[in-house]
Amino acid sequence: MLNWLFKKKYPKYWKKYLDHFTNGQPKSINEIKFVVFDTETTGLNITKDRVLSIGAISIMSNVIAVNDSFEIFIAQEHFNPETVEIHGLLKEGNIDKVSEKEALKQFLKYIKNAILVAHHIDFDISMINQILKRNNLPKLKNQLIDTGALFKKTKKCDNALKNYSLDHLAHVYDIEKHDRHTSQGDAYITGLLFLKILAELNERDHLTLSEILYSKLNTQNYF
Amino acid sequence: MKNTISLRIADFLKSYPPFDVLTKEQLSSISENIKVNYVTKNKMIFKENDDVNDCFYVVKDGAIGVFRDQKILVDQCDEGDIFGLRALIRKDKYLLSAISIEESIVYAIPAIFLEEIINTNPQVGKFLLTSFATNTRNPYADDDKGYLYKEHLDTNEKYAFLNSRSANYTKNPIQCSIDITIKEAAQIMSTQNIGSIIITKDSKPIGIITDRDLRDKAATGQVTVSEKVSAIMSSPVKTFSPDITISEAQIAMIENSITHLCITEDGTPDSSLIGILSEHDIIVLHGNDPSVLIKEIKRASDADSLKTIRIKANSLLKTYIEQQIPIAFISKVISSINSSLTRRAIELSLQEVGDKIPVNFSWLALGSQGRKEQLLLTDQDNALVFENIPKDQLEETRSFFVSLAKKVTAKLNHIGFEYCPADMMASNPSWCLSLDEWKAQFDDWITNPNQEKILLCTIFFDYNHVFGDKTLAEEMSKSIFNATNRYGIFLNFLGLNALKNPPPLSFFRQFLVEQSGDHKDQFDIKSRVMMPLVDAARLLILDHNIKDVNNTILRYEKLIELEPQNKDLYLFCIRAYKILLTFRTKVGFKNGNSGRYIDLHSLSKADKLELRSTFKTVKEIQELIRIRFNLAQML
Repeated sequence: MLNWLFKKKYPKYWKKYLDHFTNGQPKSINEIKFVVFDTETTGLNITKDRVLSIGAISIMSNVIAVNDSFEIFIAQEHFNPETVEIHGLLKEGNIDKVSEKEALKQFLKYIKNAILVAHHIDFDISMINQILKRNNLPKLKNQLIDTGALFKKTKKCDNALKNYSLDHLAHVYDIEKHDRHTSQGDAYITGLLFLKILAELNERDHLTLSEILYSKLNTQNYF
Repeated sequence: MKNTISLRIADFLKSYPPFDVLTKEQLSSISENIKVNYVTKNKMIFKENDDVNDCFYVVKDGAIGVFRDQKILVDQCDEGDIFGLRALIRKDKYLLSAISIEESIVYAIPAIFLEEIINTNPQVGKFLLTSFATNTRNPYADDDKGYLYKEHLDTNEKYAFLNSRSANYTKNPIQCSIDITIKEAAQIMSTQNIGSIIITKDSKPIGIITDRDLRDKAATGQVTVSEKVSAIMSSPVKTFSPDITISEAQIAMIENSITHLCITEDGTPDSSLIGILSEHDIIVLHGNDPSVLIKEIKRASDADSLKTIRIKANSLLKTYIEQQIPIAFISKVISSINSSLTRRAIELSLQEVGDKIPVNFSWLALGSQGRKEQLLLTDQDNALVFENIPKDQLEETRSFFVSLAKKVTAKLNHIGFEYCPADMMASNPSWCLSLDEWKAQFDDWITNPNQEKILLCTIFFDYNHVFGDKTLAEEMSKSIFNATNRYGIFLNFLGLNALKNPPPLSFFRQFLVEQSGDHKDQFDIKSRVMMPLVDAARLLILDHNIKDVNNTILRYEKLIELEPQNKDLYLFCIRAYKILLTFRTKVGFKNGNSGRYIDLHSLSKADKLELRSTFKTVKEIQELIRIRFNLAQML
């Protein structure tokens, strides 16, 4: 009963997002929808820094549909000139930007209950969760996959303790590094990386979702 | 929605035909709706007899094999290649299977874009038609022997000449009014011996009845023959203006699944009918242009007119290349034109000499012309063999043939085949020999090989009889095989020669370019990639004791037959050689030369990739030779 009262004060878009989780994921990996995403931020400090853009693509049965992809730019008050060199996003700029809240709404609407995939996902998830927190909402409910951690399950990984950069893995898997450091460009590269690692792990077609999910424990570090 | 990914996809597509001629808007709407497919090795993209997917495919990375019966490789598609188009155009089931040969990324483009593009851009239509033509391999002609080449010929004879010429439609087609019965219409068709009849009103076409309508609708009893023609006619009809090109006509037929087009004064159904164009008319057109040229050659009375014809042949060649007609077919046509030119030059020279020839002779084309691979004007390489003759008449006879050959080579030079700088011509007394002299010559080359003699062998072994007494050339071949069989070691020397140009990729996967000389920093496509493939084919075919197969592509086809276990490699050799021939010809046209040296900076990335794809094949065939002839220890 309490729970019901509690839930009630959440906005509509959050409730809609939650509704998608009433059904579980399909059994076969080929039927599961993955959303691979990346954020460009003003810096690496989870609480101080802000998300400038979110890019995402969807993958289902090894296919990336270009017309089902996501790219949004966010207007932020906080600005860090030092990271402009990396992502090229200026404070003003001439790209159409939306408010953080609007970006959040659209992102939730896009991801639904898909499995979220990112490279070093702790950071990106934390950044999104901070947005949620600023909007008085709980954390994301989606199951997660980290391509950095997933790589460590492959034979190509020679040192499980090392943190492999996206650039390094793109090189290992022969992925063209176009549009690095645009959120959608990185999401696309991460998407291809995910597909290739997945294919390598799933050679015999026996792989189950639970084997590739990112251990939740790791995500706790940031909170 | 335009985004980073779609922009990047558009960037990729625009360097490949037919996307290169699309407008920016068309390109971006395609890119925004592409599905990026990732496949690991040996994955089926579509399967023979499957219903057609609602898209066609472009290879982004990797390689997709198109297979018949899921095992016979019909075509390999690499970066930028399109597949899965044919079934889509025909709205039919897949006739072939597409399976990834390596890990690949494939773009799937929704079918609606195909229609939109064909309708708005005739250039793309033309491209798709030619690729359609080359991909339409008759699925029922399942003759395993050399099927690739054969299919190219089959389809090409139909399509090669369907360029932008106006279609030659039948004027004053037989018409009838809508009031007559089916039986009456059939009687008209029968007495006029025609396969279709157009129903007109005020001379405007309103419907058509073809043999097929009679067969499917009337003869089956579905409709009785006493009914009016309106019961079975197809209506309305597709109308086109008189200046429709053959390509456009073909596309219209394919698109609408019809076999007849009505030609009206202004192209609309509201103007008078002036003609009809059937699928049959188009097929009948094949072969016209080159055969006209060859007839002209036979009638030419001097070297000047031969020169004019050769210039015409060059522009024919250019059209073929532009239309992406398969190279095996083009080289067949151009070689037969070149041979005819040579023959006519000899005939004209014989007329000039006036004397009756002392003994029979055979004029031999050597090198690329001997292999029937000469597309552009290059140097002439030729030789002459005459019948054995008593020793006291030998020199007299030789000087007769040398002076004849001088006249011939002068004419060839005038036509555009420049004198051979190394004087490898029949006008050189060293290469104008009696049969016995030639036999002795070959014996010497084969039994005492050195670098220079081996090089001569590679030129002289690819000869082709052009004019005169063919039995002399055949005798020469026999003696070569006798000698090579006796001195097996000779093939090892030939093998070493075939390996002297390693695959042209340096350690860092860059192109090896010439280090010095006039062509410094340019890439020598002839000696770096083409000759290794030519040399390998010659060596392997000699090893099998096969005579009379001198063309490199035909040699590899013969090898496939003889060594089915190496079929894939030989198929790749054929493919590589075709790519290289096309490449060289294009470069030659662009630069107005033999196309031998390529400025790498002038190549697009796609061209470089295509060129580089052939290098791997060179490496593999050289590896095979190294092992087969035990060359590792000789090197």
